[in-house]
Amino acid sequence: MASAAKKLLMDPFSDNNPITIQVLGICSALAVTVKVDTAIVMTLALTAVVSLSNFVISLMRNVIPSGIRMIVEMAVIATLVIIADQLLQAFLFDISKQLSVFVGLIITNCIVMGRAEAFALQNPPKDSLLDGLGNGLGYGIILIAVASIREILGFGKWLGFQLPLGENFMGNGLVLLAPGAFIILGLLIWGQRTVSKYVED
Amino acid sequence: MREDTRTFVFAAVVCVTCSLLLSGAAAGLKGLQNANKAFDVKRNIVKAFGIDISEMDRPTIEGTFEKHVSEEKAGDLPIFTWTDDGADKASKYAFPVSGKGLWSMLYGYLSLDADLETIAGISFYKHGETPGLGAEIEKPWFLTQFSGKKLYAEGKPTDFRITKPGYASGDMEVDGISGATLTGKGVEKLVQKDAAAYAEYFNSIKGN
Repeated sequence: MASAAKKLLMDPFSDNNPITIQVLGICSALAVTVKVDTAIVMTLALTAVVSLSNFVISLMRNVIPSGIRMIVEMAVIATLVIIADQLLQAFLFDISKQLSVFVGLIITNCIVMGRAEAFALQNPPKDSLLDGLGNGLGYGIILIAVASIREILGFGKWLGFQLPLGENFMGNGLVLLAPGAFIILGLLIWGQRTVSKYVED
Repeated sequence: MREDTRTFVFAAVVCVTCSLLLSGAAAGLKGLQNANKAFDVKRNIVKAFGIDISEMDRPTIEGTFEKHVSEEKAGDLPIFTWTDDGADKASKYAFPVSGKGLWSMLYGYLSLDADLETIAGISFYKHGETPGLGAEIEKPWFLTQFSGKKLYAEGKPTDFRITKPGYASGDMEVDGISGATLTGKGVEKLVQKDAAAYAEYFNSIKGN
């Protein structure tokens, strides 16, 4: 793979992670991370949406009238999200019940709009697709990390499997609530920025 | 003016394309989605009759529903009856229950034994409570407590209670959920409310 393409795909995993560096998409990172399986499905849904929206918007980047640029982006994103939601309801009903409103809320996820504005409008479709893929998966890796910590501490399980923690293990109620996720996310951001030596200007 | 025209044409094309895609997806997937929803309801009715469905796959549950369950009317209210293999009379009755929890509406089914007083089972299929706390209402440890408790006595709804965890005693109380007192209160209220709504019907079929 060409190094430029590789950079587009890999950067969002650490050096330019949408959650820990750009601090986007926090709302859903708190909401859908109680269990690992919902986090994985959310990751797949968001990755599909952000890649495709980047691709479509990049295709149109030279013809979008500047006056209605953002509303066109919104229309593209909303269409993709609703289709993703419909597909989940048809084929993964139980998981779509758990994700409930949060699939619809991908529309308002800053990462999707952010990548469209910051990247897809200036770059060709192929690069935009890779950028979307990278950012979706970079978001997902943090989501799954937070969900793993919450599911293990809260339920003593991982991906639904009981972990051998002994009979005296008591689930921690705090990590299951949004404030607990916020604390975990804060610690992850701290850790990630310490490792990558990233400093806010 | 030319720029304006171009903007309008572009907007129109985007709108039409998006709406075609959306209506296509909605129409094309509607059948599957409705089948999923209908199955979800059936699954929960079977569960409310006290059947352990955790090991059953979809066709088995559908088959069980077709074989044993039939829907009837209690006045204006829906009621489901369960008939055992070979029996000609219903042995259990289930009715829908719903009400407010802490964050959301709770929807479920509650079933009664043939004596029309004792709870056979209960299940919840739709709610938006906190996972790990209020959402425990759909867990077996909470739901199985209900079986064998008295919902009616001498034709009247009993004073059914959800207590502090570990304090339930007697045949009209079940343990609540630690950290979800208000969800428990909601369940208590909705069970009482719907028990009252169906009291007249159960009195009318008693002794038949």
